[in-house]
Amino acid sequence: MKKVVSMAAIVMTAGVFAGCSTAKTTTKGNQTTGNTIKIGVNMELSGAAAGYGQSQKQGIQLAASEINKDGGINVNGKKKKIKLVIRDNKTSNNTSASVAAQLTNNDKVVAIVGPATTNAGTAEIPNITKAAVPSVSPSATDPAYTLKKNGKVQPYVFRACYQNNFQGATAAKFMTNTLKAKRVAVYADNSSDYGTGLAKAFKKAYTGKVVDSQFFTAGDKDFNAVLTSFKSKKIDAIYAPGYYTEIGLIIKQARQAGINVPIVGSDGMADPKLAQIAGNNNASKIYYTTPFSDDVAKANPTAVKFMNKYKAKYNQDAPTFSALAYDSVYMIKQAIENEKSADSVKIAKGLAKIKNFDGVTGNITMDKEHNPEKPIAIEELTKGKVSESFNVK
Amino acid sequence: MQTFFQQIINGLSLGSIYALLALGYTMVYGIIKLINFAHGDIYMLGAFWGYYVINVWHFNFISALLSAMLVGAASGVIIEYFAYRPLRHSPRITALITAIGVSFLLENGMSYLFTSNTRDFPQIIKQVNYHLGGVQISNIQILILATSCILMILLQLIIKKTKMGRAMRAVSVDADAAELVGININWTISFTFALGSSLAGAAGVLIGLYYNSIDPLMGMTPGIKAFVAAVLGGIGSVPGASVGGFIIGILETFVQSIGLSAYKDAVVYFVLIVILLILPAGIFGKNTKEKV
Repeated sequence: MKKVVSMAAIVMTAGVFAGCSTAKTTTKGNQTTGNTIKIGVNMELSGAAAGYGQSQKQGIQLAASEINKDGGINVNGKKKKIKLVIRDNKTSNNTSASVAAQLTNNDKVVAIVGPATTNAGTAEIPNITKAAVPSVSPSATDPAYTLKKNGKVQPYVFRACYQNNFQGATAAKFMTNTLKAKRVAVYADNSSDYGTGLAKAFKKAYTGKVVDSQFFTAGDKDFNAVLTSFKSKKIDAIYAPGYYTEIGLIIKQARQAGINVPIVGSDGMADPKLAQIAGNNNASKIYYTTPFSDDVAKANPTAVKFMNKYKAKYNQDAPTFSALAYDSVYMIKQAIENEKSADSVKIAKGLAKIKNFDGVTGNITMDKEHNPEKPIAIEELTKGKVSESFNVK
Repeated sequence: MQTFFQQIINGLSLGSIYALLALGYTMVYGIIKLINFAHGDIYMLGAFWGYYVINVWHFNFISALLSAMLVGAASGVIIEYFAYRPLRHSPRITALITAIGVSFLLENGMSYLFTSNTRDFPQIIKQVNYHLGGVQISNIQILILATSCILMILLQLIIKKTKMGRAMRAVSVDADAAELVGININWTISFTFALGSSLAGAAGVLIGLYYNSIDPLMGMTPGIKAFVAAVLGGIGSVPGASVGGFIIGILETFVQSIGLSAYKDAVVYFVLIVILLILPAGIFGKNTKEKV
């Protein structure tokens, strides 16, 4: 097994070096030639995060087909159509790096959407930076994702979602101000930077008492042991940052064990599947921070259009991940049109300058560290349905 | 104290699933000295089968369980026939690598065919909670415990009292000698795979019902933990596997209840290392002569 891994590593490194030599052309970055703009997709289409990758792929495809139906992206007066090059990184860091090399060197894409997870996204950075091709991750939330080790911003790395500190702090404020929770237990996913990062951010910002802090791993199915110990500690609420697959089960098992306190989570819960897994009767007093709440969406014509089109095409309600991926494609389009060029270096410049971009997930302005600034909302579920939505300032 | 007993109940429910899976590992190992890594994935197939028949054909719990056991048995036999039988006389490492390959094939094949999304398992039995002196136990937990115990007793009877069981024991002691006295080795090995895999199929449906969530990769972690349980009990020993399963389940629960949830998997693997160093034959490995 070890041998196989090291072999794979050698092959992978060889691939990277091979890419290195071909990338040394006279001009920096990839240019758009002909009448199509090639956009690469480096996505988790199989493996542990495939659920998110697949929803994002649907959002990306919807955006691309919509843009192409309108004739394409306006590059300095000439309309060019998008051609998507979709590749699977199998939720593996190694594969993500080699997929990035393939996309930038062989497929000559001018921008990349993805990956969905911070880990796979970080693995991609050396190769896209070498090739000078920007990438927009719809859902890599780690605060350090867009930053270099020395704290400077990565020039080619962007994201469409909040970073953890903002979401964690919002949840903490909501716990204190709205739920009046004084004793909170934290139960976080420690198999991803997403879960651990949010838990850290929450604990830093929360002013009440964190009575217990426990962890689970993606793929876990049994949470009874930890929930039973929470039950004996007189808690007012549980903060559970993670994805709907596990949080759904935590909600179900907590309610069945007789724990009826509010459970607050993050945008990884914003999926209709959450209530299906938890069971509608269990999914009450459930709150999560989200950029894409139904109420916010109703006031936003871009979002209404997106939700209707998504439903018509895929016959399901649009999950947050699809909305973020959809926005990522449109952000690239915006960057191309602003810079009047579809060359990869120009697109990176354009992405960094995005201002008041009218996205499905709110009005987006890119900050200095390539994080989108946009409004945040908290949704409440009652019997599995969104019953209220709170604005947190 | 209430919390303590509640954790025991939690541990027993979790442990009974590990025990059911560990039995499959231990039986296959006992008879052909192969660690069948695809075993956890047969458990996944059982869960998906249950999902399908309950949703599409509206089976009730008992028929879903029994049919999942049949499907588990059939897939175990098919895997043995195509993947392991041609390698029976090759070095053991070849068969082991094949087992890992079969496991990957099943996981990724199912992801490809049915997407890797998590599905909610149809809740055919409504959960009812009983309270006994402050300790809460649900009808589904009782059902899981009872079903596992019945299946384990049944298995023990088959191995001890039937002709086929005697053949299995004979093959595990000495395959060549067993063949000389007229035992059909291929048939016996197929039967062992069928028996072990049917338990995995049953575990799949039970887990689906208990946790209400199934996905193509669900067999990975429980499969490995069940393997640890089998080693802990003494691989090759049937009672050892049951006891090992319960021990691992309770251990995992207690590690979490004392606040070390981040290390619950690490503790299980730590136990594996300790057992291999101190007691390589496992708890029951030395005492029991019969290996199946």
